[in-house]
Amino acid sequence: MAGTERDPFHRRVLEKSGAIFAVATTVAIMIGGLVEIIPMFTAKFGPEHLAGVKPYTPLEVAGRDIYIREGCYLCHSQMVRPTRAEYLRYGEWTRAGEYAYDHPFLLGSRRIGPDLQRVGGKYPDAWHFEHMANPRATSPGSIMPPYQWLHSQRIDPADVQASVRALQRAGVPYTDADIAGTPAQLAAQGQEIVGRLAAAGIKTEPDREIVALIAYLQRLGKDGRAAIAAGATAPKPEAPPKVQAAR
Amino acid sequence: MPTGHESVAAAAIRPDESGYDDDIVKMFFAATVTWAAVGMLVGLWIALELAWWPANLGLPYTTFGRLRPLHTNAVIFAFGGNICFTGIYYSMQRLLRTRMWSDAISRFHFWGWQAIIVAAAITLPLGMTESKEYAELIWPIDLAIVVVWVAFAVNFFGTIAVRKVAHLYVAIWFYMSFVITIPVLHIVNSLAIPATLFRSYPVYAGLTDALVQWWYGHNAVGFFLTTPFLGLMYYFLPRAAERPVYSYRLSIVHFWALVFLYIWAGPHHLLYSALPEWAQTLGMVFSIMLIAPSWGGMLNGLLTLRGAWDRVRTDPVLKFMVVAVSFYGMSTFEGPMMSIRAVNSLSHFTNWTIGHVHSGALGWVGMVSFGILYWLFPRVWKRPLAYPSWATTHFWLATIGIVLYTVSMWAAGLTEGLEWRALDTAGQLKYPNFVDIVHQLNPFYWLRVVGGGMYLIGVIMMAWNFIRSASAKAVSAEAPAAA
Repeated sequence: MAGTERDPFHRRVLEKSGAIFAVATTVAIMIGGLVEIIPMFTAKFGPEHLAGVKPYTPLEVAGRDIYIREGCYLCHSQMVRPTRAEYLRYGEWTRAGEYAYDHPFLLGSRRIGPDLQRVGGKYPDAWHFEHMANPRATSPGSIMPPYQWLHSQRIDPADVQASVRALQRAGVPYTDADIAGTPAQLAAQGQEIVGRLAAAGIKTEPDREIVALIAYLQRLGKDGRAAIAAGATAPKPEAPPKVQAAR
Repeated sequence: MPTGHESVAAAAIRPDESGYDDDIVKMFFAATVTWAAVGMLVGLWIALELAWWPANLGLPYTTFGRLRPLHTNAVIFAFGGNICFTGIYYSMQRLLRTRMWSDAISRFHFWGWQAIIVAAAITLPLGMTESKEYAELIWPIDLAIVVVWVAFAVNFFGTIAVRKVAHLYVAIWFYMSFVITIPVLHIVNSLAIPATLFRSYPVYAGLTDALVQWWYGHNAVGFFLTTPFLGLMYYFLPRAAERPVYSYRLSIVHFWALVFLYIWAGPHHLLYSALPEWAQTLGMVFSIMLIAPSWGGMLNGLLTLRGAWDRVRTDPVLKFMVVAVSFYGMSTFEGPMMSIRAVNSLSHFTNWTIGHVHSGALGWVGMVSFGILYWLFPRVWKRPLAYPSWATTHFWLATIGIVLYTVSMWAAGLTEGLEWRALDTAGQLKYPNFVDIVHQLNPFYWLRVVGGGMYLIGVIMMAWNFIRSASAKAVSAEAPAAA
């Protein structure tokens, strides 16, 4: 390598010591990460809060675990951007506080299928039940694979309890009573959904995976939508959508 | 007779290299070729699933949602990781004029890394995932990665400590940034509370978790698929071209600028999310600045070929390397452009992103890896290639395959990006039914299957070529016959 006289320090000091070079490299790669990540834990620079957003119920936690296991987030985002077209297609743009209890986050990076941030309450439970068994029955032309095993596999209350306990340790404000009451809460919410499905002529049981997944999907975006409607909005988006069009 | 494959078919083995551990190079070499074929086969499969959904097979283990992480992990950490280790173990011993510090740790590193890959290949189809892209592996495997990486780092710095040259060559700088940064990213992003042996929840929530993940994810590209490969370029390109590196000063400037700037760019994955505005802006600005050091590396690579361009016409090793460095330049221009908010509002969530990733992965990482493999084979196996002309066929299959891949994904990405946002004269959605847009992408998905298939056929030809060549009788342990 030519030109050694032009960079005496680099050649004389850094290139001659593996230790000094390693320290310099470590400093260089740490700065950006520290500057960007640490402020996220402060109230002033971190994500804004949204009043009225509550933790997921145990059944919704179980459903979210299934959503993660099946890799739903690889085709469906949970992030409505603040543009008019997204407002018309999906609804209110997503506020930071809506993700407050999302461990892990599930924003997604691809929309092979549509965004699901505001899917909660958009369709009846029976629609989701049919959709997972045969996506083309409810969405003609869909390229989504069927997930018929969700209709036969069961959730294990002890397993869900372990999840709720771990989430509590990760910072979600579940009480010890919530954890102890997980099996009862699972059964109660599962029974509600089974009742609604029965009214639509569908027979299933409250501990089936499909029931948990429906509980989670029906919860998506609901707290945020209610909070926004109640006026607890975060500051305006960069390009505020014009809100004259009815959805 | 000059066949144009001299550098592949014939290699001058230098007599002073007998003290180096080339067995470990051969082990990583074989693993690289194996995992390349496996990872790309899974890629082709999931490409087919998008073109023709019945390819999901109706089984939980083979749906797109479970196989995509298997594809990304296999190509990044199994193929990409093993080629880095192949090149590092070969070049490091020669650049530092010493055998690796510990043969035992080298082998622990090899078998540990392969065991992690096998564990990933078992757990991901079973749906055991942490869901963070390229960091999906469950927490026990995360811990194993830390152990194996620390062992590798000990061996790496141990070898530097016992080196017989005074100065560390530029390739070593890039390797060092890889060895240091990957565990930092991996550990911070993987911090989680276990619920069971197979499931855990990250300590971060919501957008903080998203920021940490994309700080990790973007720098997995930066420090797993870029800096070690630039290090490999700095060793293997001058060796193959038989020319010194163009500019020593440029290598200093672009090294430090690259490792400093790359870390900041992660938030460009979260533009238009509710991530605090200041973080989005930092991500965008640093992404644009990244063009300079990226192109510094590209120019240093291309200009190293000054005076050797006539050989690019005939030598497949140089062909692979020139196209690789060109794709590196192209994708490091495209990336910053996609980080501009206005462009990102169109490109985000679309196939354009997939096209961009693959122009980097197939074009840069894949092509430079193939060039290195073809250059290394006769030198470590001490045998000529059984089918020298296949290397050139592989090159053309791969190049045309990449073009079909990226062009189809650009077209698909623009189509969906524009149609998602298209409004009619009344200000309402022009394509309110999402599935209608999905349908228009089908021809592009098929075109991608064809492009990816060509790329995979090239890899299989390469693998077969190596298998046939390695199982042939050694011509001579000292010097293979010239073609």
